[in-house]
Amino acid sequence: MSGTPAREATLLDAVGIALAEEMERDPRVILMGEDIGVYGGAFKATAGLLDRFGPHRVIDTPVVEEAIVGAAIGASLRGLRPVVEMQFFDFASRAFDMITNFAAKHRYRTGLGVPIVVRGPSGGGVQAGPFHSQSPEGYFARTPGLAVVVPSTAEDARGLLKAAIRDDDPVLFLEHKLLYRRAKGLLPEGDGLVPIGKAAVRRPGRHLTIVTWGAMVPLALEGTDALAREGVEAEVVDLRTLLPMDEETVLESVRKTSKALVLHEESRTLGVGAEVAALLAEKAFEWLDAPVVRLAAPDTPIPFAPALEAAYLPGPATLLAAARKLAAY
Amino acid sequence: MTVSPEQQRLLYRHLLLTRLLEERMVSLYRQGKMTGGLYRCLGQEATAVGTAFALEEEDLLIPVIRDLGSVLVRGARPADVLRQLLAKADGPSRGRDAFLHFCLPEKGLYSGIAMLGTAVPVLAGMVLADRFLGRRTVGMTYLGEGGTSTGAFHEGINLAGVQKLPLVVVLEHNGYSYSTPSGMQCAAATLADKAAGYGVASAIVDGNDLLAVVEAARAAVAHARAGRGPFLLECKTYRRKGHAEHDGQAYVDAEELAEWSRRDPIALFERQLDASGVMDAAARVAVRAEVDAELDAAVTEAEASPTPVPDPEFRGVRADEEEVVRRRRETFVGGLA
Ligand SMILES: Cc1ncc(C[n+]2csc(CCOP(=O)(O)OP(=O)(O)O)c2C)c(N)n1
Ligand SMILES: [Mg+2]
Repeated sequence: MSGTPAREATLLDAVGIALAEEMERDPRVILMGEDIGVYGGAFKATAGLLDRFGPHRVIDTPVVEEAIVGAAIGASLRGLRPVVEMQFFDFASRAFDMITNFAAKHRYRTGLGVPIVVRGPSGGGVQAGPFHSQSPEGYFARTPGLAVVVPSTAEDARGLLKAAIRDDDPVLFLEHKLLYRRAKGLLPEGDGLVPIGKAAVRRPGRHLTIVTWGAMVPLALEGTDALAREGVEAEVVDLRTLLPMDEETVLESVRKTSKALVLHEESRTLGVGAEVAALLAEKAFEWLDAPVVRLAAPDTPIPFAPALEAAYLPGPATLLAAARKLAAY
Repeated sequence: MTVSPEQQRLLYRHLLLTRLLEERMVSLYRQGKMTGGLYRCLGQEATAVGTAFALEEEDLLIPVIRDLGSVLVRGARPADVLRQLLAKADGPSRGRDAFLHFCLPEKGLYSGIAMLGTAVPVLAGMVLADRFLGRRTVGMTYLGEGGTSTGAFHEGINLAGVQKLPLVVVLEHNGYSYSTPSGMQCAAATLADKAAGYGVASAIVDGNDLLAVVEAARAAVAHARAGRGPFLLECKTYRRKGHAEHDGQAYVDAEELAEWSRRDPIALFERQLDASGVMDAAARVAVRAEVDAELDAAVTEAEASPTPVPDPEFRGVRADEEEVVRRRRETFVGGLA
């Protein structure tokens, strides 16, 4: 709501604030999910919303992900704006059909949009093993008809989630669980809407561009600090929306720096980074002074043990090594 | 098919081992030595122990989170279970997966995944294969109120029904699915009701009465082995702790919790053992001492195990991966620090 004063919040708070603000603004917004009402959600993103908005708008469901998304699609076709929570985004696998076949193709087939948001925690780094740590964005980001959003700051989480709820088509909203409490920021006064499909330059630099998103953004920023001390100025582009991708911001940055490193947490092969690399090959070839570097998790499941997970996820050392090599190319 | 005195003494040991091993896990968890969450089975041990006990050695079992007891009955060593929880290199999943997600095929023990319900069709396929190969194996797996809401469960039991597969699904009716009470999970009064829609047999038993569970499970297994199709055995029990250790279960009614604490399966079995004279208090104390000693050794052994070392070539995803590894070596920029 306009008129809301600025306030400090974590990314997790920001999700709850965005939901509450949109529910306040628009009586058509309803929430559905497992343990989201009485319990307030496995990560407490929806804490307090049942009390505030009542059981007709905050609906606790059985363990029925396919039915939750299916019912959200149906409710949206009758005029509501459903936001559903996947307890872990890994479990969106259960609703894959509903998301990629029913929701994503609906407007194209029938002319009727499906304004739903599917949101929930994704990502690793919390020693939760192969089924509670995945970064499933790549499964979805190649499906025409969807938007896929991954915020890395509290401000973006609020602004993008509000934009997602107002969007007339299905939006997948992946909240990196490692950032839930680590990403803190000042939520701006007023609506603070952040448009879907716009990347953000988090750090300007001249020598190379790091294109990334989610929990890799803070890693990239840390990396740029270290690189700066060595005289390498890296620019950090936070994609924020993976589909549709903000090609312009990426191209503009790489045309300036002439070197690009794509950094992502999902496994390497056919990850979103491959699309970025293809974009650069097609539209920035003449500007490139070095091959595009992809730094990603290896092509294995994400392991459980702390030492294995740490080796799996791109970390400061691998990033610095890759960036130094690229800078020196 | 009565449960012989000797079997009862063995059952008592399994029950106690499950309870006391979990206590060790809690203490490791509180010391921050465990990786990941701890999902407890306090108060529902008789269900997993009694049902798994009804299987023969060649049978197959896939546990879910509250079925530590079934894993122990199948012969998993407490030290190996602890290695798994401590994410050790020599644990059964070598630090790659969590909790009861490991396979010991020589003990007929296979692993589920976190996505609820998935084990039902997979186990249906396992016993389908065994039947094809001329084996008379029965498969047993478990699911709670939440798990039986999933499509995978329904599709799996339907397939098993038409194929008349020897599959026993133990329905652990423990009051909650995470924070969601049974009545909010399914409108049917019992989980066993789900059998009727698929033409599948079912029964309901007091899941805290170990001897009753064993007898009901034996009947279910016999039904399956005789080629009469799958069986849903609903065990009425109660989850006395939160979903996992982080969950303070504020949504649970204190009265209800107290009532079920009075129906503790170990205390109940002890009363039965007293009444029948099968095992007196002194004999039980001796078993406890023996189990405690076993667990002391298991904790020491597991804690002394090495933590896993990352494989710089990230192998183990597929059997034939030399080519993949070669490419990875070339392309994984930076490699390991
Ligand atoms: C498909 C899927 N959705 C959600 C979850 C998250 N989850 C894990 S356990 C659980 C509750 C399961 O309840 P129930 O089946 O009753 O088993 P209990 O924990 O009571 O033994 C939930 C929702 C999951 N593992 N898989
Ligand atoms: Mg349950």
